Amino acid sequence: MKDGKRYRRRFSRTERTLHWANAIGFFFLLATGLILYLPSLAVQVGRRPLIQSVHFWSGVGWIAVLLLIVVAGDRRGILRTAREIDSFDSDDFRWLTGKKPAPQGRFNAGQKINATLTVAFAFLFLISGLLLWFGERDTRFRFASTVVLHDGLMFVSLALLVGHLYLALIHPATRHALRGVTLGTVSEEWAERHHPKWKPE
Amino acid sequence: MTDMHAEEQRPKRLGRALFLGTLFGGVSSLYWGKRAWGPISSLISPLEAEIPLIPSKGWRIYTVASTMPTFDEPTWRLQIAGHVEKPVSIGYKDLLALPKVEQISTFHCVTGWTVKNVHWGGVRLGEVLALANPTSVAHALEFVSAEYPYTDSLTIQQAGLHDVMLAYEMDGEPLPRVHGAPVRLVIPEMYGYKNVKWLKGINLITKPQPGYWENLGYDQDAWVGRSNGYGT
Repeated sequence: MKDGKRYRRRFSRTERTLHWANAIGFFFLLATGLILYLPSLAVQVGRRPLIQSVHFWSGVGWIAVLLLIVVAGDRRGILRTAREIDSFDSDDFRWLTGKKPAPQGRFNAGQKINATLTVAFAFLFLISGLLLWFGERDTRFRFASTVVLHDGLMFVSLALLVGHLYLALIHPATRHALRGVTLGTVSEEWAERHHPKWKPE
Repeated sequence: MTDMHAEEQRPKRLGRALFLGTLFGGVSSLYWGKRAWGPISSLISPLEAEIPLIPSKGWRIYTVASTMPTFDEPTWRLQIAGHVEKPVSIGYKDLLALPKVEQISTFHCVTGWTVKNVHWGGVRLGEVLALANPTSVAHALEFVSAEYPYTDSLTIQQAGLHDVMLAYEMDGEPLPRVHGAPVRLVIPEMYGYKNVKWLKGINLITKPQPGYWENLGYDQDAWVGRSNGYGT
């Protein structure tokens, strides 16, 4: 390596594609969703029926693309990653309660929780979004709380996103991770400091 | 002792529990979400006044056309026509000159959100209808919005409910554009889609006609809590 550092692969191409497809989809849905949600934006933009269709179909497209990436990509790798995210050992609990030492693997406990919630929220966004769409056309799909669920998910996701962006872009100790999700690799030295239990294959 | 230690070291499959728990919590909130949101909403409502970005007081703005109608006071008219003895066209100032009433009522949207204690100012429908004198065959009213093609209709009995009004003020201010400026129908007993915004005409007709949302499957009689699949 030119800079004399040694690097280690953290994210596969499938994982990175999944991450960025999710991010782009989320931001687009957030933008179109906010136009529908905020009166101040609704007045300026207008065209509610059009924005509504764009928001709905891009939401459906977003989930479809994510599924497609998993199916067409490195399925085994994704499954391995899912197992890692599923599993919490005693160090993870120590990490979550702020005790030290709490050596972490490729993902720390916070990342595992964030990833799990992100996937669960995608399903809930889809379910509530479909109910809103079809509920407008058929009373069988209409629930008094669908709007609360869809909007509530947006607020919680936004809070998670702010924390995620802070750690990925600003916080000096963690922002090196951005390299991992763009180029795929992180420096050995950083990996050993932040993820000492992560054993590269 | 060794066994216990081994047990402690074995990783727990908690990710899937969190995943399924979140899914269950989310889906079940379709039944309890609105009740839980009420207290949270009143807790954050003082904050909403500070942050103009959050929909104020829980209002959502629903429109069906590409652009929102604009109110031009000199040219604006409210037409009362159909089965009437004397079709009339009322200007904004004429409307304001009619006896004013005020009321506080709750606004329910059929999609689930509710805005409590909305302070409306306006005129009773009867005052306006009296100017045109509906004939004996007029059993219903069609409300025409400037937002084409939005219409909706009520029976004469429904329109005669004590708190039905044509509102030109909301919370002490002239009715804002997003809420239907300069005048909208207010019928608190029914879901918001009957509360036609940007009102420009009232036609006296023989029987209620399906309006914009009725044509998409919504109930003609939109009683809050007992129509559109709720409470039935």
